[in-house]
Amino acid sequence: MDTRDLIPHLFRTEYRKIVSVLGKRFGFEHLETAEDITSDTFLTATQSWGVEGVPENPTAWLYQVAKNKALNFLHRQNHFDKKISADLKSDSPKESLPEVDLSPQNIIDSQLKMMFAICHPMLSQEAQIGLSLRILCGFGIEEIANAFLTNKDTINKRLFRAKQSLRNAKIDIDLEDVDIDGRLPSVIKTVYLLFNEGYHSISQAQTLRKDLCLEAMRLCTMLIENETTNTPEVNALLSLMCFHFSRFEARVSIEGEIILYNEQDISLWNTDLISKGGYFLNRAMSGDRVSKYHLEAAIAYWNCQPIDSNVKWENILHLYNQLLQIEYSPAAALNRTYALSKAKGKESALLEAEKLELHDNQFYFALLGELYTDINNKKAKLNLAKAIGMAKSPADRNALQKKIDKIEHRQP
Amino acid sequence: MEEYLIIMRLDLITKDAQPSPDQMQAYMKMYHDWVGGIAAQNKFVGGKGLSTEGKVIKSGNVVTDGPYAEVKESIAGFIVVNAKDFDDALEMGRGCPILQGENSVEVRKVVSVHNK
Repeated sequence: MDTRDLIPHLFRTEYRKIVSVLGKRFGFEHLETAEDITSDTFLTATQSWGVEGVPENPTAWLYQVAKNKALNFLHRQNHFDKKISADLKSDSPKESLPEVDLSPQNIIDSQLKMMFAICHPMLSQEAQIGLSLRILCGFGIEEIANAFLTNKDTINKRLFRAKQSLRNAKIDIDLEDVDIDGRLPSVIKTVYLLFNEGYHSISQAQTLRKDLCLEAMRLCTMLIENETTNTPEVNALLSLMCFHFSRFEARVSIEGEIILYNEQDISLWNTDLISKGGYFLNRAMSGDRVSKYHLEAAIAYWNCQPIDSNVKWENILHLYNQLLQIEYSPAAALNRTYALSKAKGKESALLEAEKLELHDNQFYFALLGELYTDINNKKAKLNLAKAIGMAKSPADRNALQKKIDKIEHRQP
Repeated sequence: MEEYLIIMRLDLITKDAQPSPDQMQAYMKMYHDWVGGIAAQNKFVGGKGLSTEGKVIKSGNVVTDGPYAEVKESIAGFIVVNAKDFDDALEMGRGCPILQGENSVEVRKVVSVHNK
C-alpha cells in the first residue's frame, strides 16, 4: 500500500480509536479538542511521511504523535486549572501527571463508553446516529451529509448542537455510574437504525450504504465481545444484520431496481453471512425475552430459505403477527399481509389488505396490485398505476410498470 | 379512535371441553393470526391471557373458587383495541377464533381511562 492509500486507510481504522480514547480522557467538555488533535495527527502524518517516508509501524507512530499532542493539551489545561484553583481554594489538589493510555484494552473500553455516552436518550435519534458516524465510525461530515441526503451545513449544526447538549448536561463518558442495562436498548436501537440507514435508504451511493451497514455490524460485534453487553438482544441484532447483509448484492439490479427475494439470484447470496446469522440467532435464544430484534432476525432467517413452502410462510406470518403486537409499522403490516397471501391464499389476504387503509403509502398500492393480479386484473392495474404515481424513484416506477405490462400481456 | 375491550369467554371447567396440547397449539396459532390482523391495522392496544385458577370475593368476605361453578363460560383472556366506532370493534370481535366453538366474545366500550 503506498502512502496515498495508506493514510485514508489508517484514518478509517484508527481515527475512531484515537478520538474515543482522547474524548473519554478529556470529557465532553473538550470533545472538539479531541477531534482536532486526532485530525491534526493525521495531517502531521501526511506531511511527515511524504518527506521522511512511512515509518516502520505507522499505527504506533500515529498513537505516539496523538499522545504527545494530547499531553501538551493536558499540561496546558493542568497549568490553567491550577492557576485558577490556587486563587479559589486553599488546599491545592494533589498533583497528578496527565496520562494518555492508547493500549488495546483502553481503546476498546473508550469506544464502548463513548458509544454509551453518545446514545444518550436526551439526544434525538438523528443526532445519536450522526455523532456515532462521526466519533465511533470516523466518517467525514460530507459522508454523513450524503447518508442523510442533506448538506454539510445541516450536519455540522446538528453535531454541534448535540455536543453542546452533552456538554451542558455534564454527561460523564466514564461509565462507572451509568446504568448499562438501562442504556443498552438505546444503544442497540441506534446501531439498528444506522444499519437501516445503509440498507434501506434511498441514497444511490452503493459504497456508502454498504459502509454504513458494515459499521453497524462492527459496533454490534464490539457489544458482543464485551461481556456485560453481550445480551440476547445484541446477538439477535447481529443475526438480523448478517441475514440482511448476506443479500446486499442480490437485492438491487444494475439499474437500481429493488429485486424481491423470490426473484433474486441466489448465487449472489453470501452463504458465510447466512450461517453467521444462524449462529448468532442461536445464541440469542438463551434468554426468555422475545424482542423485536429476535422476531426480525427469525423473519430474515426464513427469508434466506430459498425454497417456498407452507411451513416457511406460516412461520413468517406468525413472526409478523408477534412483531406487530410489539411494535406497529406500516412496513411490517404490509409484509404480514404478503406472508398471509403466501400462507393462506390471495383471497383471505385481500380481505385484510383492504382494512389496512395505508392510502399514503406507495407500497400499499403495489401490494394491492400484486394481490389483485389474476383475481381482478382491472383492479390490479388500477392499484399498480396508483403506486407508480406515488413512486419516488424511476427504478421503482419501472419495476411497477413491468408488472402492469405483464398483466396486459397475459390477458387474452 | 375509541378504546374497546374484547373479552373472550370459554368453558374452562368441563373436562371434555379442554383442548389437547396439539389442539392448543393450533388454537394459539389461530389466535395470533386474528390478533396479528388487528395489529396490522394499528388497532391493537394490548391484551392478556388468564390462568384457569382464581378466587371470587363476595360481600361479607365470602371467598369462593372462581366463578366457574356458576357460569359455564369464564373469562379466558381479553384484548384492548382502538376502533373507529362500535361497528368497527364488533367486526374485530367477530373474527375471534374462539367463536368457531360454543363460546362467546363480549365487546365493551371503554369509557373511563385510568392513567395506567
